[in-house]
Amino acid sequence: MANEMNADRTGAIDIHDLHVWFGVGAARNMAVKGVNLTVDAGQSYGLVGESGSGKSTVLRAIAGLVESWDGTIAVGGETLKQRGRSKAFYKTVQMVFQDPYASLHPRHTVDRVLGETLQLHGFSDIDARIARLLDSVGLGGGFRFRYPHQLSGGQRQRVAIARALAPEPRILLLDEPTSALDVSVQAEILNLLSDLRSEMGLTYLMVSHDLGVVGHMCEQIAVMQQGEIVEELGVAEMRRLQANHPYTQHLLDSSLGAIR
Amino acid sequence: MSDTLLDVENLWVKFPTRNGIFDAVRGISFSLGRERLGIVGESGSGKSMTGRAVLKLIRKPGFVEADRMVMGGTDLLTATEKDMRAIRGRHAAMIMQDPKFSLNPVMTVEQQMVEALTTHEKVSKREARTRALEMLDAVAIREPERVLKLYPHEVSGGMGQRIMIAMMLIPDPEILIADEPTSALDVSVQLQVLEIMDKLVKDRGMGLIFISHDLNLVANFCDRVAVMYAGRIVEVCEAGKLHEAQHPYTRGLLNAVPDLEHPRERLEVLERDPAWRETPSVSAR
Amino acid sequence: MTELPNPQPKPGWREWLLTDAPASRGQARAAAWYAGWLALRGNTLAMFGLLVLLFLILCALFAPLLASQDPFVQDLGARLLPPGSEGYIFGTDSLGRDIYSRLLYGARISLYIVALVALVAPLLGLIIGTIAGYAGGWVDVVLMRFTDIFLAFPRLILALAFVAALGAGIENAVLAISLTAWPPYARIARAETLTIRNSDYIHAIRLQGAGPVRIITRHVWPLCISSLVIRVTLDMAGIILTAAGLGFLGLGAQPPSPEWGAMVSEGRKYILDHWWVATIPGLAIFAISLAFNLLGDGLRDVLDPKESKS
Repeated sequence: MANEMNADRTGAIDIHDLHVWFGVGAARNMAVKGVNLTVDAGQSYGLVGESGSGKSTVLRAIAGLVESWDGTIAVGGETLKQRGRSKAFYKTVQMVFQDPYASLHPRHTVDRVLGETLQLHGFSDIDARIARLLDSVGLGGGFRFRYPHQLSGGQRQRVAIARALAPEPRILLLDEPTSALDVSVQAEILNLLSDLRSEMGLTYLMVSHDLGVVGHMCEQIAVMQQGEIVEELGVAEMRRLQANHPYTQHLLDSSLGAIR
Repeated sequence: MSDTLLDVENLWVKFPTRNGIFDAVRGISFSLGRERLGIVGESGSGKSMTGRAVLKLIRKPGFVEADRMVMGGTDLLTATEKDMRAIRGRHAAMIMQDPKFSLNPVMTVEQQMVEALTTHEKVSKREARTRALEMLDAVAIREPERVLKLYPHEVSGGMGQRIMIAMMLIPDPEILIADEPTSALDVSVQLQVLEIMDKLVKDRGMGLIFISHDLNLVANFCDRVAVMYAGRIVEVCEAGKLHEAQHPYTRGLLNAVPDLEHPRERLEVLERDPAWRETPSVSAR
Repeated sequence: MTELPNPQPKPGWREWLLTDAPASRGQARAAAWYAGWLALRGNTLAMFGLLVLLFLILCALFAPLLASQDPFVQDLGARLLPPGSEGYIFGTDSLGRDIYSRLLYGARISLYIVALVALVAPLLGLIIGTIAGYAGGWVDVVLMRFTDIFLAFPRLILALAFVAALGAGIENAVLAISLTAWPPYARIARAETLTIRNSDYIHAIRLQGAGPVRIITRHVWPLCISSLVIRVTLDMAGIILTAAGLGFLGLGAQPPSPEWGAMVSEGRKYILDHWWVATIPGLAIFAISLAFNLLGDGLRDVLDPKESKS
């Protein structure tokens, strides 16, 4: 059940003793302190925590959007460099951001967003691929030439997912992909993500503050508090509300308290 | 209802746009007694516009139309902006989603609370301060003396929202409109803030309009729930009986939420029936 | 609002442009332009400014047809005639040249200066500002201190120094004005870049392996350009005034060229007895400056996303 931290076991993502900080000198602020985690290939792994727990920072460090970190991050057994990522990395790992209103360029049409992405990854049959990508995220060709302001939040998030799928990655980093959406739209997007995962055999590393969402999507869950993982548990344990750490228990109680 | 604090009939909120007039709220009626009324709906359902319309806070060029809009004996439809300023605060207060944007960043908590009090009543600075301390105590702030001296950026989100509640309740309003008061807060703080708000509203016998997208939250903290869709009320029910709701939209919303204890392979997806838009509004009076 | 009541919209060009679901790249682009045009058209003052500008552009284009006299021909017998004199609507100057014809030809020079400056200065500012903003670190420090040096001089004085070094003449005046006008644009572009740089859509394209050049030119520039266009339009008045000022000081266009500033300068000597010689070109400068300002205000309403979000 519980995930042993075997240093020699290689998963899709291996993180060992990750520290991330912001600012320099006296203003230096540790956002992530000594995080270890292993995501197996094909697994859906959830990182849960409240704002400021450092959960999104872990994703950003993997993606190379934060450069001030140390420790080791390995993707597919290959250790990543401190700065910069290779083309091959971006073909393996992609990310979906929290706010679909902020993650699409306001002056670019869907066609341009996807076209540019495909072009950057060196695909040649761009037209056909755009059509296929839009189909796979449940948007028809009618959306192809729209600007973001002509799309709803859910449709934008579908475009963002299509963009992440464009290079045919094996791993998706999902940073609160539905927290800016209405529940009915959230259900659609979560279903889409589940379908895509089983179709394409994707590995997910998903960050969320919503235990319900993580419980629905993930098999393995780590709870973060103030930059540290305080507990790691399987989804079955979580559903049985069997938490060992008092903070996890508190989170479970509060999110269930709102439902009951 | 014998003790009606607010009575609204056929309320419309309209925004002129390039392609004609956009109706954000389309003819809803509701009344509020000394109770907790929840208004739930998704983004764009018009729930926030309803809350703002009651206090005439709709930004230009938007405008409000209604057959009747009476708050505690005052006709809001004919009230001037000056009348409204007196009403806001003394009769009805509003709590917004994010305390970061509602508190003035360059004034200390004390300055803001004292100002809130002195604009509505003739009280001395010292008395205002004592009442501010009492209110902070009432919203479970542990060291009110210290908190009074803080600036908004020095307090956490949860504390900020509790300060907002304290500030809004100082002039002793009869109606509190809370628009997603906890959506910007972490789950573990949400409950605490809601419980404090709930207790104050109950103890003072106020009327509460609780606007939220979260059905379960509303079911917990309200007596009556009005479900809004596309600017209309599609269903009104007792909060306790929300889970027996009939309207497919309400049912769809309830079922779309992933439930930790009752996992499902796939989440239920809401099929929107175009007829829902056209069905006349249900009255919540 | 008038376009709605049509119950069965014919698939005309208006519907094609106003659609929410464009079917091709071209239609999407055209629709975006059309929406901007509709917003601009709704702004009466901006439309007024645009009309004045169009009128001036037409005057400049058709100057040879509209002019009643040769702007360079001197007629000492008809010097300093008041406006309304036979054959001279706006009167004549000290050398007996027709002020009306000179104004028309002068519009060409003014618009030429404006067009050149509007091309050079913002482009320079955009490049420097976005590089500084996107690169950050020491690049930012060096480039921004460099702009600070330019900002530390009064604009006209700096332009004077450049013209003095380069020699008098319109092209050099344009160059001098451009060199003094770019720092504010660099500032704006840098400020915009700093906010854009940390947005998720830039992160997203970085995760596709896009390099800094592509990100700056394809993703940052399109978003900076609208605020620059606004600022340039509002600055046009100042640029024309600087050009006129250089002309007035004898460092811009050289006589007998009918540049408006130079015309005011020539009229200065007679201002007490023959007011029209300086006043009429002055009014022309005023009109073009005002037109640009009004248009700039209108463009701000249309282009600034902060204002126009519904």
